Amino acid sequence: MDFDLTKLLFTLLGLLIVLNWGILMSGIIRKIGARVAKRYGIPVYQGWIDLIKNYAIRSQITHGIMFYLGPVFRLSGGVGLFLFMPMIFGSEHWSNYSFQGDLILLMYFQFFGMLGMALGAGEGGHPNSAIGISRGLSQFTTIEVPMTLAVIAIAIQYHTLSIADIVAAQQGSILNWTVFTNPFATVAAMLSVLGAFGHSPFNLVKAPNEIPIGPPTEYHGTFLGVLRTNAAILHVIEAVLFMNLFFGGASNWFELFLKSFLIYFWSVFVGMVFPRFRIEQSVRWFLKIPTLLGIIAIILA
Amino acid sequence: MTNETNNIVEDKLELEDKFLAPENRKRQVTTPDGTIIEVDPLRDYFSDARPQIYRPNSIPVIENFLNWARAESLWVLGFGTGCGSIELPPLTTPRFDAYRFGVQMRATPRQSNVFIISGYLSVKTLKRVVRSYEQMPNPKYVIALGSCTINGGMYYDSYNTINRLDQYMPVDVYIAGCMPRPEALLAGFNKLKELIKAGKAEKANEYVENFDWYKANQKKIIKDWNMPDYNW
Repeated sequence: MDFDLTKLLFTLLGLLIVLNWGILMSGIIRKIGARVAKRYGIPVYQGWIDLIKNYAIRSQITHGIMFYLGPVFRLSGGVGLFLFMPMIFGSEHWSNYSFQGDLILLMYFQFFGMLGMALGAGEGGHPNSAIGISRGLSQFTTIEVPMTLAVIAIAIQYHTLSIADIVAAQQGSILNWTVFTNPFATVAAMLSVLGAFGHSPFNLVKAPNEIPIGPPTEYHGTFLGVLRTNAAILHVIEAVLFMNLFFGGASNWFELFLKSFLIYFWSVFVGMVFPRFRIEQSVRWFLKIPTLLGIIAIILA
Repeated sequence: MTNETNNIVEDKLELEDKFLAPENRKRQVTTPDGTIIEVDPLRDYFSDARPQIYRPNSIPVIENFLNWARAESLWVLGFGTGCGSIELPPLTTPRFDAYRFGVQMRATPRQSNVFIISGYLSVKTLKRVVRSYEQMPNPKYVIALGSCTINGGMYYDSYNTINRLDQYMPVDVYIAGCMPRPEALLAGFNKLKELIKAGKAEKANEYVENFDWYKANQKKIIKDWNMPDYNW
């Protein structure tokens, strides 16, 4: 493979855009949540201030090598997802390093950060981290079931594992989007994305008032800053993945911002309405209706 | 070593061990593969290193910028020590809405910057407060809420509460009253912001500089001291 400096620079620029859009997006969402509760709410730019403050914490405590590597793994999971994701359809510069069969890799990368975090937080030694990790992994495993079924269904439907090809197949009319051609797979995936974004009703893993903070209990300062950076990237990238698979991709940045915001807002909207599930309830819930819909999608495909 | 000194050493050990919970005592443990190792929870689980002083950044522009970020992003440790903690929940409600000042609640001391000592502090709570305070990362600020933290307030002659908080940890902002209303707390947050932006909120380093004095005061009050001197 030839080394292409322009491509690399465009990819880094894309990462910067995605990071800032992720921070801005969560700021907007929190502002909306505050206005729904009739509060003035937090400033939209609070995410950036929190990041600067976290990176500027003076004293840091470490519990060992894995404790360092946990956030690094998590960040590389998020950045890895970004690197192999075609962002803008038909654009030479914004396709990043996507290739034939990248869908499989992306499904793997989704779990990668989670596992790294589990190792790191486990070394933190705090009991709340261990509980949070076991809850998070069991919930995420069940989230993967309907999501994988949906992905397999659309892979069968389009006869390809390349995201760029899947997006290409959905062009032309809004009726070509997967949401209309394969509604069962879309519904199964959109239900599982609720868990992937980690909002209520599936936010037991990190909810501050259940077990304090969960896996990142011991993480502070720069560690927490890295985790928050990753969260901003990951939220956008997950939304972009679903946009590419089910909602016809994006042909420019504005379309990407709009669609990813709406997909993210879907999980927030559900979270505002429904109360939190306990972990065994959420595990059962994912294995019932979303899995059933996923199986139907595969049978129909 | 004579018998007498032996006895004194043993007595001292017994005195130190008296308050230790059984699971915190030094003991021998057999690992799954058969080797016998010695476990000393107080040494293994905690560090006994002394705290360090972290100087502010020497370039004024950078330090001012970082102080601005610190002031605009105050993460409060959700630890209510006394009756004043009932004034904290209303801060997040639409009526007072502390979020608009960048004040957010955190559930773990590792991620918090502001510690609100809300009201009277019993001796039992003081021990937990000291541990939580020392676990917070370096730029950390203490807000003392209510008269009880200033001079004991209505509990001034109680056998079980401390009277002056600043003997046990450095305090940045006092909010007087019994009880101060949430508005007073908001004013306190804004005062703290002013102090941080002016670079005057370096009490975490002050705690380290006068570490021995603070420790002596704490140990005078906490009779069942069964933890290392510094919990980080």
